[in-house]
Amino acid sequence: MTTETFAGPQDFFQAQLRWHWIEIAFWLAMLLPFVLTPNYLVLASQIAITALFVLSLDLILGFSGIVSLGHAAYFGVGSYTVGLVSKWGWGEPLTGLLLGGIAAGLFGYLTSFIIARFRHLALIMITLGIGLLLVEAANSASWLTGGFDGLQGIHTWRIFNTFRFDLYGYTAYGYSLAVLFVVFLVARRLIHSPFGLALRGIRENGQRMPAIGAATGQHIRTIYTIAAIIAGIAGATLAETTETVSLESLGFQRSADVLVMLILGGTGRLYGGLLGAIVYMVARDQFSGLNPQYWYFWIGLLLIAVVVLLPNGILGGLTLLARRLKVAS
Amino acid sequence: MPPVFGVLFDGVAYGMLLFLMSVGLSVTLGMMNFVNLAHCSFAMLGGYVTITLMNAMGWPFLATLPIAFIAAAAASVVLERVFFRRFYNASELDQCLLTIGIVFVSIATAAYIYGTDQQPLQLPTYLHGSFNYRLFLIVVAVVITVALVLGLEATRFGAQVRAAVNNQRMARGLGINVDGLFAITFALGSGLAGLGGALAIAMLGLDPSFAFTYLIYVLIVVSVGGLGSIAGSFAAAMLLGVSDMAGKYYVPAFGSFLIYLVMLLLLIWRPTGIFGRR
Repeated sequence: MTTETFAGPQDFFQAQLRWHWIEIAFWLAMLLPFVLTPNYLVLASQIAITALFVLSLDLILGFSGIVSLGHAAYFGVGSYTVGLVSKWGWGEPLTGLLLGGIAAGLFGYLTSFIIARFRHLALIMITLGIGLLLVEAANSASWLTGGFDGLQGIHTWRIFNTFRFDLYGYTAYGYSLAVLFVVFLVARRLIHSPFGLALRGIRENGQRMPAIGAATGQHIRTIYTIAAIIAGIAGATLAETTETVSLESLGFQRSADVLVMLILGGTGRLYGGLLGAIVYMVARDQFSGLNPQYWYFWIGLLLIAVVVLLPNGILGGLTLLARRLKVAS
Repeated sequence: MPPVFGVLFDGVAYGMLLFLMSVGLSVTLGMMNFVNLAHCSFAMLGGYVTITLMNAMGWPFLATLPIAFIAAAAASVVLERVFFRRFYNASELDQCLLTIGIVFVSIATAAYIYGTDQQPLQLPTYLHGSFNYRLFLIVVAVVITVALVLGLEATRFGAQVRAAVNNQRMARGLGINVDGLFAITFALGSGLAGLGGALAIAMLGLDPSFAFTYLIYVLIVVSVGGLGSIAGSFAAAMLLGVSDMAGKYYVPAFGSFLIYLVMLLLLIWRPTGIFGRR
């Protein structure tokens, strides 16, 4: 760690919040697909939505140490909420996001009371169980959700009555990117606050935090609810831009994918999840283009290579390399 | 509606398969805290070895079973020596990513060699009929369970394994070669998974997604049973097998709802598993 000195706690948080030039460059680079790869905007929009979902998992896993194998549950609740509301005749996108977030947040708040009581393997399996139960419930309630066939008849209105969701994904990518950026700002502010610091304390030592007077259970419930809201917003964005919702949005596969992307990029770094989503989704697109049946093989090799060569994910490994170079020079 | 006895019989046979496929993971996870999500890939390997030997080389079914065991055990030793042993001290998340990568590679390899279809299996005539086969499964699994329990309780090797599961550092301090012990246990556990995979073909089928589909069930058995506990894994596998079969026979509309609910309630009641201590 760098040993800087700060005049007081306020200065510490101020320094954390300052924008680094790499961060600004990263967000500017996110605009490049509009110019460089206009044929891939649909994919880019999927990536932005997935990055938002990964960011939400990073808040609980990377910053608070809650490993979840059922995070797609909240994504799916957001998706289905928007899908149903649109089917019943209200397709306004921004209020849709709000409703999706609220529904997922409510579900997250209810389940957070179970989550906060467990750790380790039991916690992973309980999150997995909640996710699987929800899939089964959605499958059984086919009168509401369309069951295995997915929800039919979703239509999203124009944004601000002007921007239509087109076939090439211009609006979709712009919209997803804007949502991602706004939520990212909120998450960034949240992490560099006393509350964010308390969360990291819980991640590092869950027994010692109550001893210094931190309300551990309360903090975990709060961040879990916030993460659920963000996951719901991500799910809502996907439902609005693709105008389809299926059981797949709730499933184990999505929960596992998002976990893999986060670990791949590097946990607990905000940008790690974003990077992981970009690398994983682009790699999957390219590999499946090369060979539609066996792309799993190359993705698997990529994961193994990252673990062997870059411990703590791509961003973790790169940070380590950069630090070594600095020491060497 | 099928008779209670039939459902119970099916459930017990299914539970026996789950037990064979998960007991190895439970012991290795309990001993080294190594999260091996590729455990079901070894089961899948065993299944494909049996298929290849029977369909391409004309071996009798029973003769393929020991080979399935040996092949899975050998493959696991290679992986353990090349990859896994470097990651015992890595974070759990890195272990997850590594083993998920191996699962992906194994699924793609299986799809490349065998295609994505279900594999056909011609059982010998004395195992025809669902009653005979399920009885055979139960007998095999009971024999193996008794052998495992005796091996763990009554031999020197078993005592060392129990010591290492209980307190790895203390066991090292007493001069037990925990790394060597772990390599052997890992191979045995993976071999059992391979045997389970070979036996499972006739009941559960075999295609490349096997490594993922049954991973969830194996994880449920391990967590509900308690890490490192053979009795716990056995009880959890039976409970899961019977409740899954009963749920599918009597309330098919709910699908797998019942077993997930049972798992959640059990874990909320006892977070370290039925027989778990930590």
